[in-house]
Amino acid sequence: MSKAQAEVNSIQTTAAEEISAYMAEQEKKSLLRFLTCGSVDDGKSTLIGRLLYDTKLIFEDQLAALTNDSRKHGTNGEDIDFALLVDGLEAEREQGITIDVAYRFFSTPKRKFIVADTPGHEQYTRNMATGASTADLAIVLVDARQGILRQTRRHSFIASLLGIRNIVLAVNKIDLVDYSKEVFDRIVADYQEFASRLGFNTIQAIPLSARFGDNVIGPSANLAWYKGPALLQHLEEVPLDGANSERPFRFPVQFVNRPNLDFRGFAGTIASGTVAPGDEVVVAKSGKSSRVKRIVDWDGDLERAGEGQAVTIVLEDEVEVSRGNMLVSPDARPEVADQFAAHLVWFAEHALIPGRSYILRTETDQVTATVTDLKYRIDINSFAEVAAKSLDLNEVGVCNISTQEPIAFDSYKSNRSTGSFILIDRLTNATVGAGMIDFALRRASNVHWQALDVDKASRAAQKDQKPAVLWFTGLSGSGKSTVANLVEKRLSSIGKHTYILDGDNVRHGLNRDLGFTEEDRVENIRRVGEVAKLMVDAGLIVLVSFISPFITERRMVRELLADGEFLEVFVDTPFEECARRDPKGLYAKALRGDIKNFTGVDSPYEPPENPELHLRTVGRTAEELASEVEKLLIENGIIFNYDQSSWSI
Amino acid sequence: MTKNLTHLQRLEAEAIHIFREVAATFSNPVMLYSIGKDSSVMLHLAMKAFYPAKPPFPFLHVDSTFKFKEMIAFRDSEAERLGFGLLVHSNQEGIDQGINPFDHGSNTHTHIMKTVALRQALDKYGFDAAFGGARRDEEKSRAKERIFSFRNAQHSWDPKNQRPEMWKIYNTRVAKGESIRVFPISNWTELDVWQYIMQEDIPIVPLYFAAKRPVVERDGMLVMRDDERMKLMPGEVLQDRMVRFRTLGCYPLTGAVESDAATLPEIVSEMLVSRTSERQGRMIDKDEAGSMEKKKREGYF
Repeated sequence: MSKAQAEVNSIQTTAAEEISAYMAEQEKKSLLRFLTCGSVDDGKSTLIGRLLYDTKLIFEDQLAALTNDSRKHGTNGEDIDFALLVDGLEAEREQGITIDVAYRFFSTPKRKFIVADTPGHEQYTRNMATGASTADLAIVLVDARQGILRQTRRHSFIASLLGIRNIVLAVNKIDLVDYSKEVFDRIVADYQEFASRLGFNTIQAIPLSARFGDNVIGPSANLAWYKGPALLQHLEEVPLDGANSERPFRFPVQFVNRPNLDFRGFAGTIASGTVAPGDEVVVAKSGKSSRVKRIVDWDGDLERAGEGQAVTIVLEDEVEVSRGNMLVSPDARPEVADQFAAHLVWFAEHALIPGRSYILRTETDQVTATVTDLKYRIDINSFAEVAAKSLDLNEVGVCNISTQEPIAFDSYKSNRSTGSFILIDRLTNATVGAGMIDFALRRASNVHWQALDVDKASRAAQKDQKPAVLWFTGLSGSGKSTVANLVEKRLSSIGKHTYILDGDNVRHGLNRDLGFTEEDRVENIRRVGEVAKLMVDAGLIVLVSFISPFITERRMVRELLADGEFLEVFVDTPFEECARRDPKGLYAKALRGDIKNFTGVDSPYEPPENPELHLRTVGRTAEELASEVEKLLIENGIIFNYDQSSWSI
Repeated sequence: MTKNLTHLQRLEAEAIHIFREVAATFSNPVMLYSIGKDSSVMLHLAMKAFYPAKPPFPFLHVDSTFKFKEMIAFRDSEAERLGFGLLVHSNQEGIDQGINPFDHGSNTHTHIMKTVALRQALDKYGFDAAFGGARRDEEKSRAKERIFSFRNAQHSWDPKNQRPEMWKIYNTRVAKGESIRVFPISNWTELDVWQYIMQEDIPIVPLYFAAKRPVVERDGMLVMRDDERMKLMPGEVLQDRMVRFRTLGCYPLTGAVESDAATLPEIVSEMLVSRTSERQGRMIDKDEAGSMEKKKREGYF
């Protein structure tokens, strides 16, 4: 009889009034969150099914459905296929694989467990990472017949990266190698050899058979040579890292609770440390300090609150604090910086490209961010550092990140809650990456902007104009430069100070080192955007004539500038017409395959969604188009006091 | 990890964090209030999360018009007691067509009066986030669902392409027309829910407690005849039996269990020795294999 069964039976004989005592016992149990990982077909789902079955947590109706499903989809002949218990999605049962992480719950008299059963296929690594990010321990399964595989290494590496310090190496299907001690010892030696570099605190190796239950909840006669604990015993007894009240107080502010003028509370979950009324706290980003007046709770104010509690804090003084900021202890403050180094796991089909802008989210803060420097990619097999220009799906790299505004953080090693972030694609809102901060880069605070007496406004006033960027985007040969040249001539004729940045010309000098890959195109636009920004600061009207095929980069430049300074002009000429005009003979070459990555041929063009001006060129003269641009400039107050009809070129 | 917090305190803190996250990042959230015990727990957590303020979002009940009368009475008294904003929506077209579970079957009834009705309500008010009380231990496809579960503009769920959900960092960004379903008690088990109800003294619908109720045996279920719309079939006999409900929904589709458990400790004791899962009393899960996942992809909660 299993322990859980014994527990249940003892309940049956307990009078109802003793239930409260039982409940109190439940209360005292600790909670262990763990995940199962490893390669495809190593038996992860089967192991969890077996744990649930043997701890009597499978109900009769579920067992009936399971017996049915086993006949339909099972891979074990007439036997029950436990994997079908956890593979909850239809596609998973049909294909016999695990696609997404499933959460399961069970308890023994000693502990409660939340299990994340994660997929083994490489393409679903992001789902494995999801399960690992909240786990305290990982069970890495290995098929005794296969030994250590690529995914064993990958999952162990990701578990280590995400801060998991306890590993169970479950050598499964030991029945299929005749319960061989030699096979087990060899696999354990292989594992320890590479895992020694991953910084785990404990690695408990256990030989077992999930299918037949050997060493799962109790010792097995078939494995008499093994003297260690069975899996469940180990899970019940492995020490947990408790909350360390010595860690500095960190309180990321999630929500400002202000029901009326008399109450202003900061709601959030304490990331580390403890807090009590009277304690001095500092607002991380401003350095302003105050004292805790109350810790408000539904059941009455609290005398002290600690890590993991979701509380509402009221301060003595009216200090400026909003979501994304942190209340912290005055003598151990977090970093506040806009540049830092981090490990990054990439989740998206579309590669990470340095220079492209993403939304960075911490537990409560959100800013625009770019990867400024991808230092290297980490080879999952050899753990070697490999030079890389981009990060593809499921790859891990180390990079420098720059945010538009400073954020408050700790290193991931010292605090999982305040040292982590995700990256979100600006267009699709997909979560494309997860990051773990290593350290702040000091450059942000060292390179102070020179405060100058002559500023943008005074330079612009001297020229009697309002500086702006006119950004012409469109296919090669669409007429961008022709129109931009005409507009510049007219502006110059009425005494305006202008400059044209042209794609071809800039590529001869400033951007000579860049090619036409997606990474280089992004960097190309970033540099031109920064140059245009400096010119606007100088008071100029800048005309930029660049194909600039990607929405994200055009938006990035827009955000570099003040509101109303960026005017996007979409020079819309159909592909066929551009290819027919082909002023530089490029389309002919691209269509023959002589030029690679040519926009519109084998590289995409993403038209603007809401340009300030949409110029349809077919059937119009360059003069007509230039007049439309002038109208735009007048409407936006860039040029004023001029009668358009009097212009002539 | 916190050794000084109990299991329930950890679950409570996680749920409160999720409630606040939604209130801070969405412009028009709503809580789906289905009147059952999980909804009672959710309501209690929402009150705690924003105390001393009231929850900054309305509560929506999608009324299929076949809920137990005691559920409706309980709903209205709770709204009055706690002073939250209650919205009630029913599918008027379905009512006009006389859709009911007896003539049209559980599938059609559920689709029109729950799934379609829910979509109508979400579209009508333009909610961008909706809280639900689903738990991962309830059903296989729910075990796979994220806490913040993305829905496209057609309200459907793409189980094969869920957003990674790392740490406590939730991606709450949606485009116009898209929305997110949020499940603050994802990681609670049925036992946790009962334990919390006891600990916090949370009111629940009396139908959870055993009492003599008029039931008939139909399709292997004990169905309570809550009103005249349920006609007896030939051979069916209405009997007064000591029964209670482990879950609550439309009365014709919710099976009662024979029980003498009339107090919370007795219910918990009964649950601990039970050999069937709580959803067993729900007809809609059993219509076909993978049926819950299918309903969810269509927009059912």
